[in-house]
Amino acid sequence: MTAVSPTLEVRDLETHFFTRDGVVEAVHGVSFQVGAGEVLGLVGESGSGKSVTGFSILGLVDQPGRIAGGQILFQGRDLVQLAEKERRKLRGSKIAMIFQDPMMTLNPVLRIDTQMTEAVRAHRDVSHARALEICREALVKVGIPAPDERLASYPHQFSGGMRQRVAIAIAFLNEPALIIADEPTTALDVTIQGQILHEAQTLCRETGTAMIWITHDLAVVAGLADHICVMYAGRIVEQGPIDAVLDRPAHPYTVGLIGSVPSRNRRGGRLFQIPGMTPSLLNLAAGCAFRNRCPRATAACLEEPPVRAASHGRQVRCVHPHDGPLEEVLS
Amino acid sequence: MLVYLLRRLGQSLFVVAAMAVLVFVGVYAIGNPIDIMISPDAGQAEMEAAIARLGLDKPMWEQFFIFIQNALQGDLGRSFVYSTDALGLILSKLPATLELAFLALLFAVFLGVPLGMIAGLKPNSIAGKTIMAGSIMGFSLPNFWQGMMLILLFAVIFKVLPSGGRGDTVQVFGVGLSFLTLDGLSHMLLPAVNLALFKTSLVIRLARAGTREASLQDYVKFARAKGLAPRRIVLVHILKNILIPVVTVLGLELGNMIAFAVVTETVFAWPGMGKLLIDSIQLLDRPVVVAYLMLTVIMFIIINLAVDMLYCVLDPRVRLSEARA
Ligand SMILES: Nc1ncnc2c1ncn2[C@@H]1O[C@H](COP(=O)(O)OP(=O)(O)OP(=O)(O)O)[C@@H](O)[C@H]1O
Ligand code: SF4
Ligand SMILES: [Mg+2]
Repeated sequence: MTAVSPTLEVRDLETHFFTRDGVVEAVHGVSFQVGAGEVLGLVGESGSGKSVTGFSILGLVDQPGRIAGGQILFQGRDLVQLAEKERRKLRGSKIAMIFQDPMMTLNPVLRIDTQMTEAVRAHRDVSHARALEICREALVKVGIPAPDERLASYPHQFSGGMRQRVAIAIAFLNEPALIIADEPTTALDVTIQGQILHEAQTLCRETGTAMIWITHDLAVVAGLADHICVMYAGRIVEQGPIDAVLDRPAHPYTVGLIGSVPSRNRRGGRLFQIPGMTPSLLNLAAGCAFRNRCPRATAACLEEPPVRAASHGRQVRCVHPHDGPLEEVLS
Repeated sequence: MLVYLLRRLGQSLFVVAAMAVLVFVGVYAIGNPIDIMISPDAGQAEMEAAIARLGLDKPMWEQFFIFIQNALQGDLGRSFVYSTDALGLILSKLPATLELAFLALLFAVFLGVPLGMIAGLKPNSIAGKTIMAGSIMGFSLPNFWQGMMLILLFAVIFKVLPSGGRGDTVQVFGVGLSFLTLDGLSHMLLPAVNLALFKTSLVIRLARAGTREASLQDYVKFARAKGLAPRRIVLVHILKNILIPVVTVLGLELGNMIAFAVVTETVFAWPGMGKLLIDSIQLLDRPVVVAYLMLTVIMFIIINLAVDMLYCVLDPRVRLSEARA
């Protein structure tokens, strides 16, 4: 981590959904930080609370959810305490988000230029002509050919990859300090995925933008992120520098996750699957949330494990963490 | 686009032809106009003369043939009762119905869309619930009863609006219009509201459903993530999307309002086409009924076509794929 204060620091974030059936603790005790120009990978299976974490930072948690505790320090200011009007000023200017499904994020009945210039003019007092200029440059930057023609088009005239590029261009329009990318490549095919990853990464390094890259695909973060957070059932169960976590996973869930990904250097080795199912976040039993699927579980796990520092800059939420290189741990 | 238009026109002609047969046969199956038009104590010779004059002595297929032949020349027959051109008779009543229907349409759009959007954006608020309760009433209470209540309230109890008739009219190109005079407008208000109530309820529901659906879409969340003001999100991103179903349905409903303003026109003694239709049915004035129905069919087809055009303007996806077809 950088010595200067990070762009974003999340402390003990709690985001809960107050549903008719009870309280869903979609995000529970989550803490992490990202510095300028850094990429943080947020990994976990479906329903683990990755998107809700992203939306909490943006201040766009859907009803009946709300931030129930913790702090979100962005450039030193606590977003949780900020009035909605102030938060809106940050959205799309200082903090931007890219969504998962490029087919759904652009409004089907509005032209691209409308959807782009409105994002510029919501935050900057510029003429329409100047706004168009800015949009045009942004499209060129993400590698869209014939931008003038594209600006006058409707979303359905674009392929999925192109739409996601437009969404990325919109996210970068106002030179944000933080970008939250919520599985932006999941809906795209592999070659396009690679290109988009590369473009997003280059843009971040060039502009010094901090990025949170949400995905359930370990292979994607491995080549992209500096730091990784592994989420399970609304909690960050392990985090640390990317190499440390991937080479020396400490939490049994991380081990299972890595073991279930086909890998080049373990070719032919047995792929493994984490037994059991993701627990329902509603009425989660006390103790470690991974307990009923964990091979190392003991009576000690009946109490919620605290976050502990481990070697190599990692933090682990487990009472019986592994400590050793991957091969040893997997065998 | 041209190909598309031509194809639509071809389809329309077929519909008109099919309807001509159905309408003619249907109307001729009911009652015997002679019984109503000629007094029972008229002599046999007088009766036969009348039958021959009206062309009722010929077999049905021949009557149909004559009808079609005349119809192609723009002649939809002569009224048995008024002994004038049936089409002309109907058209003379058309402006009154049209202006009523358009005013009702304006009410439906400019009340229904905003109210529906409020109800969609804040479904659990008091305003949202009140609007929905009102729309259920507009839907389920019978139209004539609503009309009578309007008269009772505004004409009888508060005495602020007239209970029936057209009021003063202004001649524009030889057509009498009420909405251009204050008195005429005050006469229009109650019947237009009556005609609009059901449609407004419908638009409220459509707008509400559309708004709720659109608000959950990713593009609305993305618009919020861009930091847009809520007003812009509602008035541009959501409104443009919900206009598509609203326009489609209202276009069709406009035809409905023009063609079947019968109840309202009867309750408010509004001298429009609907009232003429009721009178003609009672008198078994077949040519007027047939002409009315044919006119209605053609009007529906034209409105349908106009709605499709408007749809193309509103929805870029349709615009392009249709243009290619
Ligand atoms: N609107 C909502 N109402 C109630 N519960 C919700 C709502 N949105 C999310 N949740 C809860 O929050 C949990 C986490 O959801 P989230 O969308 O963050 O998962 P995710 O990690 O992004 O999964 P995915 O990979 O499928 O996108 C879900 O399991 C769900 O129970
Ligand atoms: S705390 Fe216990 S149950 Fe939870 S992951 Fe660690 S060993 Fe497994
Ligand atoms: Mg998600």
